[in-house]
Order: sequence, then C-alpha cells, then structure tokens
Amino acid sequence: MVVRCDLFLRVSMKNPEVLLPSDAAPSAGARLAVEVRNASVVYETADSPVHALENIDLDIREGEFVALIGPSGCGKTTLMRVIADLEKISAGQVLVNGVTPHEARLARAYGYVFQAPALFPWRTVLGNVTLPLQIQGYSRAQGQTIALEHLARVGLTGFENKYPWQLSGGMQQRVSIARALSFEPRILMMDEPFGALDEITRDRLNEQLQQLWQRERRTVVFVTHSIAEAAYLATRIVVMSPRPGRIIKVIESPLPDERHLGMRDSAVFIDVAHALREALAEGHHD
Amino acid sequence: MTKVVARGPIARWTRQGLPVLVIMLAALLAWYLGAWLLNAPAAIERVLPQDGAWRWQDLLVATMEMQRPVLPAPHQVWQDFWSAVLDWPLDSPRNLLFHVAVTAESTLWGFVMGTLLGLVLSVCIVHSRTLDRALLPWIVASQTVPVLAIAPIVLVILGSLGFAGVAPKAVIAMYLCFFPVTVAMVQGLRSPQRIETEMLHTYAATRWQSLWLLRLPAALPFLFPALRVGIAAGLVGAMVAELPTGAQAGLGARLLTGSYYGNTVQIWSALVMSALLGLTLTTVVAGVERLVLRHRSQA
Repeated sequence: MVVRCDLFLRVSMKNPEVLLPSDAAPSAGARLAVEVRNASVVYETADSPVHALENIDLDIREGEFVALIGPSGCGKTTLMRVIADLEKISAGQVLVNGVTPHEARLARAYGYVFQAPALFPWRTVLGNVTLPLQIQGYSRAQGQTIALEHLARVGLTGFENKYPWQLSGGMQQRVSIARALSFEPRILMMDEPFGALDEITRDRLNEQLQQLWQRERRTVVFVTHSIAEAAYLATRIVVMSPRPGRIIKVIESPLPDERHLGMRDSAVFIDVAHALREALAEGHHD
Repeated sequence: MTKVVARGPIARWTRQGLPVLVIMLAALLAWYLGAWLLNAPAAIERVLPQDGAWRWQDLLVATMEMQRPVLPAPHQVWQDFWSAVLDWPLDSPRNLLFHVAVTAESTLWGFVMGTLLGLVLSVCIVHSRTLDRALLPWIVASQTVPVLAIAPIVLVILGSLGFAGVAPKAVIAMYLCFFPVTVAMVQGLRSPQRIETEMLHTYAATRWQSLWLLRLPAALPFLFPALRVGIAAGLVGAMVAELPTGAQAGLGARLLTGSYYGNTVQIWSALVMSALLGLTLTTVVAGVERLVLRHRSQA
C-alpha cells in the first residue's frame, strides 16, 4: 500500500488526470475500460468475404490483465487493433473508456507495444521514450524527466544515451514498453511483445511486466500464442479460434494477483495451462 | 577462420591508397602513350626537320613539348594549371581560380534551389495521391529534354526579364539538381515501415508531426546520395549554361575560349580544374552526410 501511495503522489504531481486509473481499485464493480458488443470484422476479398472477427462480445474492466490467446488467424491481433482504432469494425459496437476507439485514440487513452520494438535508429533511447511526450507538446526538459523515470521503471537507467542498435533485443523491447507508458495511458495494449525473444529473456521480461502491473494496476490487453505466458501473466484469459475469428472460452485465473515465476510449477498453474490447452484443442476441432 | 586485417594508419593507407595509386600511374602512362601516338603525325609534319634527319628520341621530345598538341602531355597540363592559378591576381580573368569561383557560385545557388524544390515536390507527392499521379510523369519527362537544348532558351527568357549573371546559370543547375533529390526523397519519405506509421497513429500525431519526426529523418539516408549526384549534375548544368552566354567567365567559358583559339592545354587545365571542383563539392556533401548520419548503425 505504501508503494501505491508513493506512486500515486509522484504521478499526481505531473498530471492530475492519471489519478483515476491508479486510484480506482480493481474490483468486480470497477468501470469498464473496453466494451465490445457483437463486433464483426469482414474483409472483402476477390472470391469470398473473410470473417476475421465474428460476433465478438467482450468486457474488460479497469485494472484487469486480459490475455487474448489462440492460433494464427484467430483474430486476436485484429481484435486488439479494433480496440486501438487501427482497424475498423464492419458491424457491432466498441467502446474504450466509454467513447469510440477513435475518440479514445485522440485522447491518448492507450499505449501500444508492437511485436517489434520499432525504435527510431536516429534517436537515443531517451529520445525514443520522449517521442510520444514530444508529440503531445511536453517541453523538452519535462519530457526528459518523465522519460528517465520510465526508463528506471523498466530497469534501463544508464542506457538513456545509447542508440537502439547498441542494445539487445530484450532491452529494445523494454525501451518500447517505457515509451508506451511514458504518457501514462490508462490502457496498455501489447501485441506479442516478447514473441521474437529467446525464452530466458522472455521469462525475465514476463516477470518484470507482472511486477509492473502489480505496482500500477493499469489495464493491460496482451496478445500471445504462448499458453505459459498467458497463464502466468493474465487475470483473465480469452481463448479464440479461427475461421471465423471468435471467442470460444473465457477463463478467470485462479492464481493470486501477486505472482512469481516459481508458480509455474504449482498445481493451480498447471490446471490453468491444461484448461487453456483443452480450450484451444476444442477450437481446433470444429 | 577469421581473416587477419592489419590495423594502424600505415596499413590502412596501404590497403586503401595503394590500389588508387596503381590505377593513377597506369592512367598517366596511358596518357603519355596516347599523347605520343596522337601528336606524332603533327610533330613530324610541323616540328621535326622536313629532310627526315631526326631520331625517335627527337620525335618523343617533340610530341611532349608541342605548342598546340592534339592531346597535351600531363606535365604540360600540370604547368599550365599552376601558372593559371599562381601567376595572376585572383580577380583577373586569366586566373583559373576566378573562373572556379564564378562556376562554383552558380552551382551552389542551383544546388540549394534544386534541393529545396526537390524537397517541396517530394513532400507534396508523398502527401497527395493526385499530385503523385499529376507531377511525377512531368518530372521524369523534364529530364528527357537535353540540357544543352534548354539552356539557351532559359538564358534568353530570363535575360529578357532582366536576369543576368548568376540567376540564369543557377536555374539551369537547379534543373539538373532537383530531379535526383525529388526521386530519392519520394522513396525515402515512403520508407518508414507500417509499424512505425501506426505507432505515430496511436500517439495521435498530426501529419506534420509524422513528417517531421518520422518521414524526414527516415529519408535522410536516401537524400544524401541524391545530393552527391545532384551537386555534380548542378556543376554540369552551370558549365553548360556558361557556354552560350558569350563566354565571359566561368569554367565553361574557359573551355570555350580554349577551343576558339585552339589552345588545347588551356582546355585540359580547365577540365582538370572542373573535375577537382566536382570532387571537392561531392566530398563536402559526403562529409556532411557522415556528420549527420554518424549515429546510425550500418546494420
């Protein structure tokens, strides 16, 4: 609780608006961060329309860590891109923080971490993290102070003047997480952020991400095709299936909020992983 | 197995300088050989005794020392070059450096104008599909018109409007300069990957912000090679523009007067000087490139 208060104070001095997400305790009665109602995405192709998403219903409460899992082509990335206003829906309704995805994007409601770090090679690590702040009109000094703090949170203090190519893949992705969080968005969206990394690095980053979520309780939407990753990180796991892209099962994680990598050998964890594997296999049969 | 590469300045010089030196010596040798072969008929006819009382050594010396050789020997060009640079005051039209300054001025103005025009055109083309379709064919077509044909027209038109001196020459240099810049910048401004443009989209960046923060910096590695080509092309344009002006000043004029009076040595020293000017200009651009792009990895 002390840690939370400390964060609360630090954040509130910069930007009073960001009090809301860290202040609101994640509970069943929490406000909805994302509402997806009967949403469909259809691509018109030459021969027949492709149903990338069909009749999706999903609510994500504030402070939840939701993982979207499924095989390639199941629409998990499309669903997140719809929420992020990177893709348009063909039918249905999507609300982010109670407004349309477009309005939410313009209000800078979310930070998006892509599969690749997408760091600008001509900017230093610090310059990359200040990029969104610069776009949002922060002064140079302000932006740098905030960016340094966020680099410290992902454990990259001392690397601020390095250029991206001087960093390992895992460090680059941590920079991109710091960049996505630099402007304190209420939602963090991550599209297979650790997919390109080796398993050891991936484990460590998963642990750090878990701790980050523990401290800040920001709403996270996380796309992955790794069962272990989804089970370890998420408080709720949405299992999806392809052709047409749809949700086949939603699993509430029975694991406690505070987790460590050792839990992956516990019976509860193995049960979650097992349930996930079965749901995925089920989706594959039909 | 790793290849052992010698380090240190001397080793580096040997590795990089030696091949260049060898080629230079070979070229000099070929030049002397060419001078001897090409000047021999005229030397036999005009310089050597008509009765045929000369040895081959006399022929060799004669071909190297002719007044108006078909191909002057390198040392003749060297002597003329230095005397043209050192023996006259800098503001005298007899000094080669005076002509260098005149040509360099119009080249640089044309380069600056051409680069700016290329930048503006490429930004317009990248941001508007209509302009992309309307402008690009004309830009390509503009380069199919030979500059030698367009130069007198531009000079006459601008002259009738009261522009003389640097302006018309700079316009012709610009005409050759803007094309490589435009083409390279269109490619460069379009080089950011989808993931990078989408990222700026998620930050709700404006068009100008994504131009300034992403597209322009991403296009710089495309811009500099075009600038190197552009400044060399601009020099050609400026020299071509000096030909029809009545040949008062500039390296182009110097070439023309040389050919009027059959002064081949002067033509060659002007030629060497224009090559040196072109080399200097592209080296300066390459230096700026290294400075600006010094932090980017080669990977």
